[in-house]
Amino acid sequence: MNTTMKEGFDLAMMKGLKKWRLFSLLAALTIFLSGCGEEYLSTLTPAGQVGRDQYNLLLLSSAIMALVILVVVIIYVLALVKFRRSKVGENVIPKQVEGSHTLEIIWTVIPIILLLILAVPTVAYTYKHADVAGMSEVNEEGNKTAVTVNVTAKLYWWEFEYPDLGIVTAQELVVPTNEKVYFNLKAADVKHSFWIPTAGGKMDTNVENVNQFYLEFDKESAGLKDGVFYGKCAELCGPSHALMDFKVKTLDRKDFDAWVESAKSTEHVAQGDLATQGEEIFNTSCIACHATSAAGTAGSMGPNLGTFGDRNRVAGFMDHDKENLKAWINDPQSYKPGNVMPQPEAINNGDKFSEEQLDALAEYLMGLSVEK
Amino acid sequence: MDFNTKYTPQTWPEHPEQVTLEGKNKFLGFWLFLGGETVLFASLFATYLALKNKGPSGMEYSTQTLFELPLVFVMTMLLLTSSLTSVYAMYHMKNHNFKGMQTWMAITVLLGLGFLCLEIYEFNHYVHIGFTYGQSAFSSAFFTLVGTHGIHVVIGLVWIILLILRNAKRGFSLYNAPKYYTASLYWHFIDVVWVFIFTVVYLMGVVG
Amino acid sequence: MSSIAKKKGFGASVWDYLTTVDHKKIAILYLAAGGLFFVIGGIEAMLIRIQLAKPDNDFVSAGLFNEIITMHGTTMIFLAAMPILFGFMNAVMPLQIGARDVAFPFLNALGFWLFLFGGIFLNLSWFMGGAPDAGWTSYASLSLASPGHGIDFYALGLQISGAGTYIGGINFLVTIINMRAPGMTYMRMPLMTWTTFVASALILFAFPPLTIGLFFLILDRMFGANFFDHTMGGNTIIWEHLFWIFGHPEVYILILPAFGIFSEIFALFSRKRLFGYSSMVFATVLIGFLGFMVWAHHMFTVGLGPTANAIFAVATMAIAVPTGMKIFNWLLTIWGGSIKVTVPMLYALGFIPSFVAGGVTGVMQAAAPLDYQLHDSYFIVAHFHYVIVGGVVLAILAALHLYWPLMFNQMLSEKLGKWTFWFFFIGFHMTFFIQHFLGLMGMPRRVFTFRADQGWDLFNLISSIGAVFMAIGVIILVINIIITVAKNVPVGNDPWEDGRTLEWAIPQPVPFYNFKQTPLVRGLDTFWIEKQEGNKEGMTYAEPISDIHMPNNSFIPFVMTVGLFVAAFGALYNGEKTWAVPVLVLGLAITLLSMAVRSLKDDHGYHIHKEDLMNEKGGK
Repeated sequence: MNTTMKEGFDLAMMKGLKKWRLFSLLAALTIFLSGCGEEYLSTLTPAGQVGRDQYNLLLLSSAIMALVILVVVIIYVLALVKFRRSKVGENVIPKQVEGSHTLEIIWTVIPIILLLILAVPTVAYTYKHADVAGMSEVNEEGNKTAVTVNVTAKLYWWEFEYPDLGIVTAQELVVPTNEKVYFNLKAADVKHSFWIPTAGGKMDTNVENVNQFYLEFDKESAGLKDGVFYGKCAELCGPSHALMDFKVKTLDRKDFDAWVESAKSTEHVAQGDLATQGEEIFNTSCIACHATSAAGTAGSMGPNLGTFGDRNRVAGFMDHDKENLKAWINDPQSYKPGNVMPQPEAINNGDKFSEEQLDALAEYLMGLSVEK
Repeated sequence: MDFNTKYTPQTWPEHPEQVTLEGKNKFLGFWLFLGGETVLFASLFATYLALKNKGPSGMEYSTQTLFELPLVFVMTMLLLTSSLTSVYAMYHMKNHNFKGMQTWMAITVLLGLGFLCLEIYEFNHYVHIGFTYGQSAFSSAFFTLVGTHGIHVVIGLVWIILLILRNAKRGFSLYNAPKYYTASLYWHFIDVVWVFIFTVVYLMGVVG
Repeated sequence: MSSIAKKKGFGASVWDYLTTVDHKKIAILYLAAGGLFFVIGGIEAMLIRIQLAKPDNDFVSAGLFNEIITMHGTTMIFLAAMPILFGFMNAVMPLQIGARDVAFPFLNALGFWLFLFGGIFLNLSWFMGGAPDAGWTSYASLSLASPGHGIDFYALGLQISGAGTYIGGINFLVTIINMRAPGMTYMRMPLMTWTTFVASALILFAFPPLTIGLFFLILDRMFGANFFDHTMGGNTIIWEHLFWIFGHPEVYILILPAFGIFSEIFALFSRKRLFGYSSMVFATVLIGFLGFMVWAHHMFTVGLGPTANAIFAVATMAIAVPTGMKIFNWLLTIWGGSIKVTVPMLYALGFIPSFVAGGVTGVMQAAAPLDYQLHDSYFIVAHFHYVIVGGVVLAILAALHLYWPLMFNQMLSEKLGKWTFWFFFIGFHMTFFIQHFLGLMGMPRRVFTFRADQGWDLFNLISSIGAVFMAIGVIILVINIIITVAKNVPVGNDPWEDGRTLEWAIPQPVPFYNFKQTPLVRGLDTFWIEKQEGNKEGMTYAEPISDIHMPNNSFIPFVMTVGLFVAAFGALYNGEKTWAVPVLVLGLAITLLSMAVRSLKDDHGYHIHKEDLMNEKGGK
């Protein structure tokens, strides 16, 4: 981070060379003083090797480019200072220079060298980050050694299936730290793009093929502001593209294994009258689309709610509380325009859910937890 | 070099299509246009190759079962010959033989019409057996590629027919010589595209 | 003799413009129509920035926001930047090479009307059930899924206006190859002409893939084809390839003429020959060539595999070399010159740092693994606005001031021009510089809103304030234009006093036949040479005064275009309304019939006779 600040400062300095750019200098300083974005969301605070490689490439390219800018600005400012007509004289006819071969060779060769310096790590990382051979490695017992997640992007939500573990979740990705996690990426309806800025660059989810890549996470998310990293959809996919967020929980391997066990084995039992009442409503109106057990496979109409109580957000972007949950259930279209969850009238005999029904549903859904 | 000057075979220039500035511009402009057309067809070919035999799961149509080479071979021969006849027409234009040019142009049109009829028959046959335009990505790509060529044939035919009729009474001039010349260029282009269609779509479809 | 009457009523003027084939009048039409679309696109931009000024804003709805961003991008690229540049090319290029008109005056008019009606058609979507909403790139899965007719308007409208651009490209190419005055060798052509030439070649080869892509979209959406429906074997990646095989050269179609304009300005206002002319030409051609090899850098995250990504990454980086050559040549042009900071020069000077900033971020994105982070984030938004606004729009504004006296024989106010520049320039950097960091901080592009407390609030607000500055700059420009037109003070030829190229040698107002006698070009910067040698007339002539052949005006281009415009409505409602197919046929029939009329009728143009030319004093 310090390097960025230094470079940013250099950049600002160069611009500041011109008096009329004083404003930019101040603006640039303000920017850097205000920090490098949020650590759960910014590419400037990488939390894994892939992201760090890419961040290093950012630093390298910025440094090279800053050098170029510096050279240009120096010549530019000097020319402006020295050769204004007011200085040169009103009636002077300058020498009509044709060009200079030496100079032309210099400003062809030096950029080529600079670009080669950048091209080498670029090519190396391109291959490195596309290497998914480890995905199929198995140990002596024939089990996969690495965690693979099948990601399916659907109109405004994300489904995460762990095919080797028999678990499926939605909206919240749970991954182990300090190892490569492999992803199979696919879209179910229109094209989306899977992006966890802190962990590394994005990969598109296409409709006609499966894309593969890997990410690494070397920091547990528990210490973060919301206890999660943020994930985004990065490809315009319709009206609610902006709301197609997901969250990433990173656990060390021991906790991850425990989470897997718990997710696989948890049989949700409604606690208390209200929740039981909610379960009944759920079983009449919602169960056709939403599964309530994390054990299973992908492909359901709506997000799997097996870990709903552990989630960080309602509908991927609203604060995780009962009020929001109730509001969402009773009018999903107004919160996420264009999403495919039915309005309550369609699943509740033509009526909106009553306040009591909503309370019951909320109570039930919030109890669907594998972590508590 | 007025447009209305009457020429005799002796005074008629070597390259009548490129004597006037308008003629020169038309000549060059049309070549450039054909350059763009080449890219257009290249895009269609690339798409066709990407979508060849691709369809809903369990699709019964494929290049192997669909295409019949004999018919396509006849079409190819018709079009290749028509290209040759249009060369004859241009030869007569250079020699200031108006009648000869008109006749060979007319023969070109007839051969082109023959090609077109066979193509319509072929398309009709496919649609009849269920290989319709919207049947699959493959069918869409096939009909669009070959059909775009077919539309070019239609345009070329209408163009040449209009030229023949329009100039029947007028005879040669430096005003219409470039028009004949570009029409014949267009016709050659259509022919070249067909050679590629024949190879890439039909031959490689049946053999490969 | 000429069909131009001395004094005309309003109706006659309108008719004159509807039927004109004069490149100078068509230039004015392009400029006016492009300017109008520029304002519309600008209003859309303001709506975007208002919506994003604060988190969780509900100024516009999600769906409407997507329509606005789509129309903003499409309008600015296809209907504003390109036509305005076409306007300047039309106005300047034939004069620079000593031609009496373009090669195909009729097609020139046709090209304009196609662009205009395509643009109108596209914008009618606002009033007919909603604008396109899949982004200007209109990626196939989303554009197939998009309900309503928005995308249909997009595909058909761009098809029509694209045809106009394509025709224009061929026209310019033939003009430059065939119609240069004696002595105007390729290596004496001014850079504006050279860049027009290369940009036109790019149009020739880049537009057909777009045409095909749009046809696929039209056929899929309106005529039951299945190119992009993967359940029927289709493939959406085909659209991405076709779009970017067009889309990347399109960037150079825009930026090369901008380079041309700035090359003219640097030389003119430094009173110095363009440094490294031949390497500038070489760089222009090389950029055009490489422009076709790099389209997949827009698709690094699509999953084309590491080999494709690596190749396209390196190829993309290579483009930085010729571009860098240009920058240094410009710097060395002003070095040792006598710099006069007029409004056009101010824009040129502002362009250098802005464009270099846009260029270097381009190289950063060429590094594929880094681009995985930058792609589709606000960093990209910042980058391409630095290139397009910092390059193309600054060039357009510069050219507007530079060529206004050439086109209208009036001078825009320098004082107001400087106000415009400072508002626009400061606003531009304020709006977009900060967006680089928004991208790095994880903000994806094309989001209609964002939640508070993700660290993006302040920067978005600053960005929106910058946009207001830009808007103020444009408003001042409009006022400037109105005042200038109202005052109508003639300025004569060579108003910048240091004109170097042929267009400045022509008497003002430019006669409709441009050159009474075809000039003889005696070197690069021919007007400068003549002036240095004390030639009062500014030109050496290649021929004695003789008859001039001129083309007739024609209403056919307009009618042909109207035919396609009508046909587009038929296609749009195909399968939905019973009248759709008849309307489609009717429209195509109008177009084809007018084509037939055009080719069946003898139209030899007319001659201006030598005696009449002798009597004329140059002006109309």
